[in-house]
Amino acid sequence: MDLKKTPLYEKHVLLNAKIIDFGGWAMPVQYSNVIEEHHTTRTAAAIFDICHMGELEVKGPRAFDLLQLALTRDLADQRLGQVKLSALLNEKGGIIDDLTVYKKSDDSFMLVTNATTKEADFSQISGILRQKRYDCVLEDISDKTGKLDIQGPLSQEILRQSITADLQNLPYYHFIEANVMDIPAIISRSGYTGEDGFEIYAPAKQIGDIWERLMETGKAFGLKPAGLGARDTLRLEAGMMLNGQDMTRETTPLEVPYGWLIDWKKDFIGKSALEELKKTGPAKKLVGFEMIGRGIARHGYKVFSGKKEIGVVTSGTFSPTLNKAIGLAFLDVDFSAPETFIDIAIRETKAQAKIVKLPFYKRKK
Amino acid sequence: MSKPNPADRLYSKDHEWLKEHGDGTATIGITDYAQEMLTDIVFVELPKIGKKVKQGEAMAVVESVKSVSEVYAPASGEITKTNTALEETPELINKDAFGEGWIAEIKLADVSEIKTLLDAAAYEKLIQEEKR
Repeated sequence: MDLKKTPLYEKHVLLNAKIIDFGGWAMPVQYSNVIEEHHTTRTAAAIFDICHMGELEVKGPRAFDLLQLALTRDLADQRLGQVKLSALLNEKGGIIDDLTVYKKSDDSFMLVTNATTKEADFSQISGILRQKRYDCVLEDISDKTGKLDIQGPLSQEILRQSITADLQNLPYYHFIEANVMDIPAIISRSGYTGEDGFEIYAPAKQIGDIWERLMETGKAFGLKPAGLGARDTLRLEAGMMLNGQDMTRETTPLEVPYGWLIDWKKDFIGKSALEELKKTGPAKKLVGFEMIGRGIARHGYKVFSGKKEIGVVTSGTFSPTLNKAIGLAFLDVDFSAPETFIDIAIRETKAQAKIVKLPFYKRKK
Repeated sequence: MSKPNPADRLYSKDHEWLKEHGDGTATIGITDYAQEMLTDIVFVELPKIGKKVKQGEAMAVVESVKSVSEVYAPASGEITKTNTALEETPELINKDAFGEGWIAEIKLADVSEIKTLLDAAAYEKLIQEEKR
């Protein structure tokens, strides 16, 4: 099967990026090397092609009612220009997606979905829409929408070279609609790296111009392009989960650090299943760990306490910032408290690790 | 660009090098081309001393941030020495794959076996073909 290409694909090829298949997309995993791109993001700024992610638009008088029912987060107090992370669940309480909700006006919202879950999100939300016959329209605008992230402590200064709007006073998880040069865009102060930074949405045909401009004006600030490799180490250090890897449709928000996404006071799809689960408490929990013994625990490695198998590693890597191996594991709840020692099977041996609180890394404000 | 492949040693198709010492022992490592493909090496699992390996068998593991790769024994024999410096500084392989980044020393089980390996010119040809 041919891989899908983002509007920025040719630029990655010219930059000699190593391209991989990510959920059916031909994406750059690294340009130079992962560690270098990681440090660039933490100390200066990096630019990421995120065009593969999905964007859905919900418009109409009952758009709010549709999302309020479909999503776990209470949107009643969401202000114009605010971004809210939320979960989209099935009836069993399993996570279809973790997505962000952009409130553009009282009857117009944009949902930003994971690349691999967009179709499932669309079908779930349109199913509710058909059933409830709410007066609103759901549209997949992914193909015409380009997205790039600029992340790192210098991203505001770099972006300021191309935008007249006030970024200084834009709070975290808020967005503005403004021009980048003369290109209409949505700019939100958010990201997936644990650094200050922005996610930029613009017409797919023009996202390349913004990329070029930021690459050019960012040079003096040390800006470099970064691939999915660095994106993965950055998000893991920041304690952020990856959909499809750290959670699946079998996982509920009560088992992963997403309890805060649930607003129990309102009704939403999946709520009754979660209420049932809440009575007994989940049997498994996703936690962070750091390696004490030698080795790097990777996705799929088994976790033990003595001889008893207690779970599995869902994400694991070498942390360039902390200079040690870290990861996330899905464990029996009895073994999930911080400071608990666990053993991870790495090839023929077992290496010791310790459960720690998330995040692994928090930037200084 | 990778460094030139020294002519004083032999190469496997899996990108390991072997330098015979003339006394039935040899040093083993991965090539500069291999480290370039792996990029930032962050972990090396060395073989145990005394371990007997067969030609083509996995004898060590080299990991980058994103990948886990096996190092195959370019010849059969017994591991007599390992480069323990790699435990603390695995990036030695990135810096000097043909020198300080060596992985192990081996007592060859059958010296004639190394005739199956490539010389520097043949190995260079192989990587040029791979790059294409």
